[in-house]
Amino acid sequence: MPEAHAALAHQFEDLEQQHDAATLGMWIFLVTEVMFFGGLLAGYTMYRSVYPSAFAAGSRLCEVTLGLTNTLILITSSFTMALAVHMTQRGRRGLVLALLGATMALGAVFLGVKFLEYFHKYQEHLIPGANFVYSGASAGQVELFICFYFGLTGLHALHMIIGLGVLGVMMAFVWCDRFSPVHYAPIEVAGLYWHFVDIVWIFLFPLLYLVDLHR
Amino acid sequence: MTAQPVSLKTYAGVFGMLLVLTAATTAVAYVNLGFFNVIVALTIAVSKALLVILFFMHLSRSAHRTQIVAGTGILWLLILITFTISDVLTRAWISQPVGW
Repeated sequence: MPEAHAALAHQFEDLEQQHDAATLGMWIFLVTEVMFFGGLLAGYTMYRSVYPSAFAAGSRLCEVTLGLTNTLILITSSFTMALAVHMTQRGRRGLVLALLGATMALGAVFLGVKFLEYFHKYQEHLIPGANFVYSGASAGQVELFICFYFGLTGLHALHMIIGLGVLGVMMAFVWCDRFSPVHYAPIEVAGLYWHFVDIVWIFLFPLLYLVDLHR
Repeated sequence: MTAQPVSLKTYAGVFGMLLVLTAATTAVAYVNLGFFNVIVALTIAVSKALLVILFFMHLSRSAHRTQIVAGTGILWLLILITFTISDVLTRAWISQPVGW
């Protein structure tokens, strides 16, 4: 019998079963995340159907150019993340470090742009509850839209920050040479999380920034 | 894990399609399609999400039980949103009884 791989936990038959179990566990966590964001999205959809014109007015307060920039940044970071997993499978350690670094840098730029958007909202007195000044019609409902804007993008940004932490740990593991083409489940699972956060933004961008532009 | 890595060409193709779809959803948002603006935006978003899920997240080659778990999550999300919306949108269909 060949000697077991050092990373193989004793409850698993082999590394392949361990990898499948890790992936399955991550997907179960991601499904709970889908429901978590889903509750907010259902609330958003409901209030949007009740106050369509106020939500359209609120939506036009969002900065489309910054939102589009962030969409492109995040999609690119998902691409570099996918490549990082691919290069781990190929055993290209140096490239993996570079790609993880690029993914983290893009994530940091995303958060920077997000911060800029929040700062503009602050300058324009569009902070719900604390400092909300809006002279147009149905200000209360517009404020409700801005609440959803901050709630959804804020939770998304929190996930990005956690993702940056996870990727930082992964970089340290790669640096210490913990992974190999037969053992890379942690980096695959970190990738799943990062891609999930990308998917959330893929829905937030059209729903918050785009759908009412034509009005 | 013993599976061959997805080819770089596939990743590049998916990345390109994601960029094209992002440009498309932004451009179409400036055109007035009435109610269909939301439909088009959501269709493009779902297509982009599927590309990420199937290729970047490797769900097209995952174990069947993983695919079932992912599918279940999406199904439950649809139940949540469909039932909520069907309630809100149909409330006005039946007149409310008054004065008692």
